[in-house]
Amino acid sequence: MPSLKSLKNRITSVKSTQKITKAMKMVAAAKLRRAQDAAEAARPYSERMAAVMASLASRVTVGPESPKLLAGTGNDQVHLLVVCSSERGLAGGFNSNIAKLARRTLEELQAQGKTVKLLFVGKKARAPFARTHKELIVDTVDMTHIKTVAFSDAKAIADDLVARYEAGEFDVAHLFFSTFRTALNQEPTRLQIIPAALPAGDAAGAEAAVEYEPDEEAILADLLPKNLAVQVFRALLENAASEQGSRMTAMDSATRNAGDMINRLSITYNRTRQAAITKELIEIISGAEAL
Amino acid sequence: MADLIDFELVSPERRLAKAKVAMVVVPGTEGDFGVLPGHAPMMSTIRPGAIAIHETDGGPATMRFFIEGGFAEVSDSGLTILAEKATPVSEIDVAAVATQLAAARQAGDEAAVERLEAMQAAATN
Repeated sequence: MPSLKSLKNRITSVKSTQKITKAMKMVAAAKLRRAQDAAEAARPYSERMAAVMASLASRVTVGPESPKLLAGTGNDQVHLLVVCSSERGLAGGFNSNIAKLARRTLEELQAQGKTVKLLFVGKKARAPFARTHKELIVDTVDMTHIKTVAFSDAKAIADDLVARYEAGEFDVAHLFFSTFRTALNQEPTRLQIIPAALPAGDAAGAEAAVEYEPDEEAILADLLPKNLAVQVFRALLENAASEQGSRMTAMDSATRNAGDMINRLSITYNRTRQAAITKELIEIISGAEAL
Repeated sequence: MADLIDFELVSPERRLAKAKVAMVVVPGTEGDFGVLPGHAPMMSTIRPGAIAIHETDGGPATMRFFIEGGFAEVSDSGLTILAEKATPVSEIDVAAVATQLAAARQAGDEAAVERLEAMQAAATN
């Protein structure tokens, strides 16, 4: 039986934990709102970009002449997994879900005899791999100092990827991030970004009269790196929203658990206190009777 | 009242402008071009420079944005400009650009020099 004093201490400590989780939940809710707004605001651009890419795709045939970002290197031996996670923990299953999906892909690719390299954006998904696959990690992009993701951050990552690609460091790149569905539901997602998987354009000649300046190939070569940056940017925004959503849910249930625990502990505390009083009374009464 | 064209300027972070305007002059990679209502569908890349938006037919340019890394699409639904970076020309800090330009010249960064020169030209014009 724990003593009254230790019970009291535990109740106090659980109460302060509850205060922290409650505050974290509210902060996450506010940040989620902002992240969602940012994702919303970025939508028109990525939608237009996708539409343009689709209409170009229907007009350009992929051949050996095509830009490498589209046609690939002709190999698929070396795969680069770009794993986006957060810089902070306490976000429920957010980081581990992404890491799990990446690990599954890694094992699948290795089973097929491919070489796999890992690049991390945000350090949280790095830790589980640092233990098991340290030699595969090529780089980690630090996002600690970034409060809200700007397009320039995504562009820096995309430029780095293109540079590595052109240096022949890898043949295929996959992007891992968490798609934001609702605050309760985020889905770890894998997306092939290099070579670009072009959306199937409608071959119908509806846009046949479009004039390209300069020609289609030049525009495509110009747009491919941009499209890559847009995809990375979208992934980062989705991730930011998912992280906050996931943290909010996790902290909500932590707050609830703390509440339950406080109730249980209070009951034990009161019972113990009452038992002690009863015991004292019995002692007094039996002492009085003995006289 | 002349016809108007739907004009949209979007950056990756947000939509900057959406309006019905009379004409937009776009600095294409292969030369400036004006987009008026009924323009034939086209796509063009944009060199760093200012787009001028004329809200009234024959009137002066009422809004000017400095565009970097841009792309213009004219379709039946209007003109859409995708820009990696867009700054209203009135917000360009001429003094800051001049110092950056000097620094870029010294460093021999030609892409930056070209960009900043275009910016300077847009701001002083």
